[in-house]
Amino acid sequence: MDIDLARTWVQAIAAAVDKHKDHLTQLDSAIGDADHGVNMHRGFSAATTALTDYTPPTVGAVLVKTGTTLISSVGGASGPLYGSAFRAIGKALDTPTADTQQFAAALAAGLASVQQLGAAAPGDKTMIDAYAPALAAFQQQANSGSDFATAARAAADAAEDGMRATIPLQARKGRASYLGARSIGHQDPGATSTALIFRALAETVTAR
Amino acid sequence: MKKLINSPDEVLADALVGVAAAHPSLTVNTSDRYIVRAGGPTAGKVGLVSGGGSGHEPLHGGFVGYGMLDAACPGEVFTSPVPDQILAATRAVESGAGVLHIVKNYTGDVLNFQMAAELAADDGVRVEGVVVNDDVAVENSTWTAGRRGTGAAVFVEKIVGAAAELGADLGTTAALGQEVNDRSRSFGVALTPCTVPASGKPGFELGEDEVELGVGIHGEPGRARSRLASAKEIVGVALDAIHADMPLSGEVLVMVNSLGGTPLIELYVVYAAVAEWLAGHGVWITRNLVGNYITSLEMAGCTITVCRLTPQLTYLWDAPVETPALRWGR
Repeated sequence: MDIDLARTWVQAIAAAVDKHKDHLTQLDSAIGDADHGVNMHRGFSAATTALTDYTPPTVGAVLVKTGTTLISSVGGASGPLYGSAFRAIGKALDTPTADTQQFAAALAAGLASVQQLGAAAPGDKTMIDAYAPALAAFQQQANSGSDFATAARAAADAAEDGMRATIPLQARKGRASYLGARSIGHQDPGATSTALIFRALAETVTAR
Repeated sequence: MKKLINSPDEVLADALVGVAAAHPSLTVNTSDRYIVRAGGPTAGKVGLVSGGGSGHEPLHGGFVGYGMLDAACPGEVFTSPVPDQILAATRAVESGAGVLHIVKNYTGDVLNFQMAAELAADDGVRVEGVVVNDDVAVENSTWTAGRRGTGAAVFVEKIVGAAAELGADLGTTAALGQEVNDRSRSFGVALTPCTVPASGKPGFELGEDEVELGVGIHGEPGRARSRLASAKEIVGVALDAIHADMPLSGEVLVMVNSLGGTPLIELYVVYAAVAEWLAGHGVWITRNLVGNYITSLEMAGCTITVCRLTPQLTYLWDAPVETPALRWGR
């Protein structure tokens, strides 16, 4: 991972969110308040704009800038949660390039900040249910010496599995928790946007 | 979608221009997106800041003024404000006595206000918060995000606002806000859904003869979906739920509030049923509000909020207030 790739990753997330905006909002209207696609689109559009005229010194600087922009522009719970995640990932990557091991450690720091802020655990039907398995898959590949692209693809696959596994869960956090048992049978929008972010990472590094 | 707007993405920006034009008593900071009293902060007074997603007008901007809030931070429609705007509003109203954040209990609102409070503390501003969670339709358990904040926000803002004008300190205003919240309960019912402008589609669907009992102010589902019944029956369900959660007695303040699409004549039909139910249970309404105070865009339906008064709360409720949406005694 280098500075240019980090920037391309954020642009790829913005493109994916744009493409899936209505789907995210549709998932959110089933168990939330029908604004997740709109909010994520506003946030990542702002992030790509913020990166346009920015010359970051490190990989981390790209991601910290992205996180700060998300916090300032998304609102809702997603703003602080995704914003803190990107800031934590970025703070752990204070170098012009990052290898697979360093990136795994940074992703772990991102997950820790989300859990600290949102107090959600795996199984609560949140973004954690995509993020935690993605991180585990990335770490496993990193530890077994796989290259970055292989690790990123494994993470994206695991995130999508985790995303689909939210369907039978009952929400225990966020606005979906108000539904109680009626949240069962719906895919979590936050887990879905997290899966988009990991898929964008895999596609960005594979295309390189 | 049929709405009087210029562009779905510019609804909030355009509305804030309108708020500024309509109310010379308010100053709207359109870049940082907050609404403050035009006269600036009152020296030595605790600053009161609230905010939340837009679409609930007059909450919160309509309650900025003497005797209520010092500032309100409107987020996008049904989306909490971001920490930057809350921080900017907090700085704008700080005058040495600290700032109280009044926050409705939604994950996004709580997280964004919490981040703003931490940033303000870094600047040396003392900030305390009151989280309003009065909606009995949601079970308060460790397995949910907790009860939602609805109508009691209006009561907290009015009563704490009066105390702040009288010189109450930060700790006292925070404790008073908590007391008002603890003595208040709400229940909502929806007859139709509403449409967030940027999404263009109704947030949920309700059959022609269906109502959502216990609906949230963003159209979140409540306890049950049932057949449309008479106003008396629906009021019975709402007050039974409130009474089961917090036994009602003595003197109460009642708000019968339109979710946006229900006309005043129906609110009075509801109010009559509320008064009858309460009188039948030995409870006396000594203060009331009937009208649009915390809406949910164009949703048809209403919320009923009851606060068990004390002599002190009644005194503070009666104290002068001068805001766009609530004014008396001055």
